[in-house]
Amino acid sequence: MKYQVVIGLEVHAQLLTNSKIFCGCSTKFGAEPNSQTCPVCLGLPGALPVLNRKVVEYAIRAGLATSCSIAPRSIFARKNYFYPDLPKGYQISQFELPICLDGHLEIELEGETKRIGITRIHMEEDAGKLLHLDTMEAGEMSFVDLNRACTPLLEIVSEPDMRSPEEAIAYLKKLHQIVVYLGICDGNLEEGSFRCDANVSLMPVGAETFGTRAELKNINSFRFIKQAIEYEMERQADILDEGGKVIQETRLFDPDTGTTRSMRSKEEAHDYRYFPDPDLVPLVIGADWIEDIRQTLPELPDAKRSRYVGELALPEYDAEVLAASREIAEYFDACLAFYPQAKTVSNWVMGDLLRSLKEDNSNIADCPVTPRLLADMLQLIENGTISGKIAKTVFDEMYKTGKEPVRIVEEKGLVQVTDSSEIEKIIEDVLAKDPVQVEAYRSGKEKLFGFFVGQVMKASRGKANPGLVNEILSKKLKG
Amino acid sequence: MKITRKEVDHVARLARLELTEAEKEIYTGQMDSILAYVDKLNELDTEGVLPTSHAVPMENAFREDEAVSSIGTDNALLNAPDRSDSFFRVPQVIE
Repeated sequence: MKYQVVIGLEVHAQLLTNSKIFCGCSTKFGAEPNSQTCPVCLGLPGALPVLNRKVVEYAIRAGLATSCSIAPRSIFARKNYFYPDLPKGYQISQFELPICLDGHLEIELEGETKRIGITRIHMEEDAGKLLHLDTMEAGEMSFVDLNRACTPLLEIVSEPDMRSPEEAIAYLKKLHQIVVYLGICDGNLEEGSFRCDANVSLMPVGAETFGTRAELKNINSFRFIKQAIEYEMERQADILDEGGKVIQETRLFDPDTGTTRSMRSKEEAHDYRYFPDPDLVPLVIGADWIEDIRQTLPELPDAKRSRYVGELALPEYDAEVLAASREIAEYFDACLAFYPQAKTVSNWVMGDLLRSLKEDNSNIADCPVTPRLLADMLQLIENGTISGKIAKTVFDEMYKTGKEPVRIVEEKGLVQVTDSSEIEKIIEDVLAKDPVQVEAYRSGKEKLFGFFVGQVMKASRGKANPGLVNEILSKKLKG
Repeated sequence: MKITRKEVDHVARLARLELTEAEKEIYTGQMDSILAYVDKLNELDTEGVLPTSHAVPMENAFREDEAVSSIGTDNALLNAPDRSDSFFRVPQVIE
């Protein structure tokens, strides 16, 4: 039988705050185990949590960026279960009244746009970290580090709107791009700042009722999400084909084997007995606060892309590359403010600039070639001081030294030769050196024109104005 | 009966409580009568009344996002039944 896959995703995004969600302990990654803890995040009796205002602000940012409505009143709830990484025996989360509801974002696949619903976004605390060591000495023990306990998370829950692994990846990438653009999450998948669980089920093609789903956990790369979903689709199809029933359960993805396996231990715990947390008062968000935050939202990738294509007439491809990261887009925008020729700027940013950065494995924010310097150099090309070819040399030098392009041109004697008599002389020398090829050209081998241009540029050490070279050369060759 | 033995077993397991047969018998009866008593509230007409989540009429208690110093690893581990270096040490958790 043919099946249609149905996918819903839950993303946990760790928020970029200085302190934890309910206490003042630092959220810095990599500290000595248990050094960033206090009575609140250790769950000691009598300690009271107090909500970090920034977490609310970030949640509202995420909600606005994904077209959610922001709840005027929301509350925190306790999600009760026992696990050694959860000192209180419950996780503070939101259940009945989450802060954001009913949003969406749009994904593009093969030229088609599709809207993926976002059911809700809520705030919650992270759990600690468990380490299992397989040594003789450690034997049957696990180790707990509670530095991460109480770190702020946003849980972003999608509707089951995705119908292929590719759609799931497109959604995740879009969401990832948005939270990073918003500056609320560093988006580091390996360190677990952006984690994903996938709910996957199958139904016969054409059916309307969803099948029983499995929840896949522990997927920490875009590549793994595809593997995990594809494996799960095969597994469930095999069960259904044999007339069996898929069990609703949590399954763990194993990146080493590319398979998923049942996590039986958590099954019993699924009865979370949520109830309102009496330690945290209700959160009431006025329209003013929402408006203030709306004003500070950056232009988001979709808006940037369509502005680049619509207003700047850039090709879709350029717009996609430039808008992909906020830093690149802001660099491009800054450069454009000094030199408003979008396509020229785009070519240089996407070409030499990104290539150099990639070779060095370095970040555009640390690039010695500031938007101003790049714009100045483009101006030098435009007013004929240097040729586009020489500009590559100037660029490399700027990239190395951060010097002003005008100074580089002066110091290295790179000013373009635009004096036609000088160019004429160079051309005459080149032609005189190679009478055989000149004869060949004149007898119809016109392809040689490019060869002569190359020789002239070489003789002028790249400084001859290419337009003039073309013009004078074709005159001379005609004899 | 609101509460059965099966539910007492389930709730006890969720709360990690080990109960004797006699205790289970007693608690089944007690929980049942407590729920029956609370059930009286259902006789009230609560149409249009928002569920109460908090008894005190208060909202929006915030702290600013400033990291302050913590109590330190040794203090954090002071009450731990077992530790290893800077970690709490617990029986193996199998996933």
